[in-house]
Amino acid sequence: MLLWLVTSLTFVLVHLAPGDAASLLVSPTATAQELAQRRTELGLDGSLATQYGRWIASVLQGDLGESLALSRPVVAVISDALPLSLALGGISLAVSFLLGVPIGAWQSARAGSRGDTFTTICTTTIYAAPSFWLALALIALATTGVAALNAPAWLRLPSFGVRDPAALSTGVAVWRDVARHAVLPLMVLAIPGAAGVARYTRQTMIEARRAHHVATAEGRGVPALRVSRRYILRNAWPPLIVLFGLMLPGIVAGSVFVEQVFAWPGIGRAMMTAIASRDYPVVLALTMVYAATVIGANLIADLALLRVDPRRAST
Amino acid sequence: MTIALRDARLRWGVAMLAVLVVGALAAPGIGALLGAASPTNIGDLLATRLVRPFGVDGSGARHLLGTDAFGRDVLARLWLGARISLGVGVVGSFLAGIIGVALGMIAAWRGGVTDRAVLALSDALLAIPRLVLLLVIATLWGPGLTTVVVVLALTGWMSVARLVRADVLGVRALPYVEAAEAIGVPSYNLLLRHVLPNALGSARVAITLGIGNAMLLESGLSFLGLGVQPPTPSWGNMISGGRDWLITAPWIALSPGVALIITVVACTLIGDALTARDDARGTSRPRGAER
Repeated sequence: MLLWLVTSLTFVLVHLAPGDAASLLVSPTATAQELAQRRTELGLDGSLATQYGRWIASVLQGDLGESLALSRPVVAVISDALPLSLALGGISLAVSFLLGVPIGAWQSARAGSRGDTFTTICTTTIYAAPSFWLALALIALATTGVAALNAPAWLRLPSFGVRDPAALSTGVAVWRDVARHAVLPLMVLAIPGAAGVARYTRQTMIEARRAHHVATAEGRGVPALRVSRRYILRNAWPPLIVLFGLMLPGIVAGSVFVEQVFAWPGIGRAMMTAIASRDYPVVLALTMVYAATVIGANLIADLALLRVDPRRAST
Repeated sequence: MTIALRDARLRWGVAMLAVLVVGALAAPGIGALLGAASPTNIGDLLATRLVRPFGVDGSGARHLLGTDAFGRDVLARLWLGARISLGVGVVGSFLAGIIGVALGMIAAWRGGVTDRAVLALSDALLAIPRLVLLLVIATLWGPGLTTVVVVLALTGWMSVARLVRADVLGVRALPYVEAAEAIGVPSYNLLLRHVLPNALGSARVAITLGIGNAMLLESGLSFLGLGVQPPTPSWGNMISGGRDWLITAPWIALSPGVALIITVVACTLIGDALTARDDARGTSRPRGAER
């Protein structure tokens, strides 16, 4: 239902905009008649309502149509790009949490101390950095920076594409090549991610620490480590799961800038290309992918919440 | 101890923002002071382009942050860009706030179909990542300053609307509202004068934090060439323009980013301090109807 609302909204939005794919595809000298013929071929003739009817009918039959600009099935375009984005987003999300939660927990245990204040300044600053800028800064570091500092050559990481075009490698070497290309994009996604998670974890755990049962446990002489693990972290889990649910769609959507800067051919780049060439079927299909991820992530977070916090089951 | 920290956050945030606003307002004056060269003069261009930070150009003028490929002083352009970036952030976030407050208020007050329609619309818009929505609208309707502001407003109101809706529903259940209703205060008067002012707490924080967010999005759009168009400087398109010179002259692309970070940090500090203050109030003076 929500998915339908989202796609219909996008459909109207995209089709109301000036310019269409046909006028971009015909030659500049084309006559009005040729343009009209091209429109018919692409299914861009008729009123908004007829086009919408045609589109929704084929989608309901499981057919996402064919890309107008690339002359390939939309499904193929997406299945080429999606794994690359998922890999980038999934790994960086995992790293964000694996780094962010311990940092935030460490800070919350000594809130107000110098180490905590310093770390907070760092995380707030990193969190505020726009990702494309961070990407450029890292590229500068990995190129001129490495050269200027006389750092070892393996630090000279590739900043463009997925694979080295000159490499004719096979087997394991391919994976090493891809991994080297992925380092910088991953860092750009994971570093601000970890900073955000750390900020949030710190706040959540400080609040959980304030609870009366924590003071009671400390007063009873329960060991500090046991207090943080059994009494504090347990209550900090639900908000963290909510955060995880909110960040989950970032796996597919968060990387538009990063994919653009590093020429990583994922769905962020596919979306940019499709929008620029008015490739309606691709734009609509990708919007559906995005919306489905958001809705799915909310569902997963809700289900996970039920498992950690049985109290919610009654409501 | 914690109170002092809170105050420090607010002080730092406001101070940083104040410096930026004053600097942005005085931008043309600063430009003249720094002796920003006109980019039309080709003879000068060779002597003044790509000067390193703290360097001196051919005509003897010093450039604290160096110059770009057209011999323009980066610092002077940074301040000019501050006007656009700050302006877009503040206006975009406030417009989104106004839409959000209005829709949230109406949804909570009218209930029924209106409520459900507003919620459905905000759910649908929230299900598309904001960046994607921005990209689609900005590309399709032609890039530019106005588009960016409008688009930021149209895609940023949902969270504010939800907060206001929840708060209005909460305040509405309080006894004083019932009392006002009983003595015959007109509905719109009751809503605007008695309910709304008490239901804006979390919306205020959301709008403050929204300024930083809107500035980041504006710079992102400008970076992709979909936002503010050169030669009008915005921090985003300055980063984008400096991208080609990243290897030889990294200061062109990197300094606007630092400015952006400082501004967003300032907004975050103020937002954090406001949240902490609201929380502290909440514990010392429990509110009647939380649910």
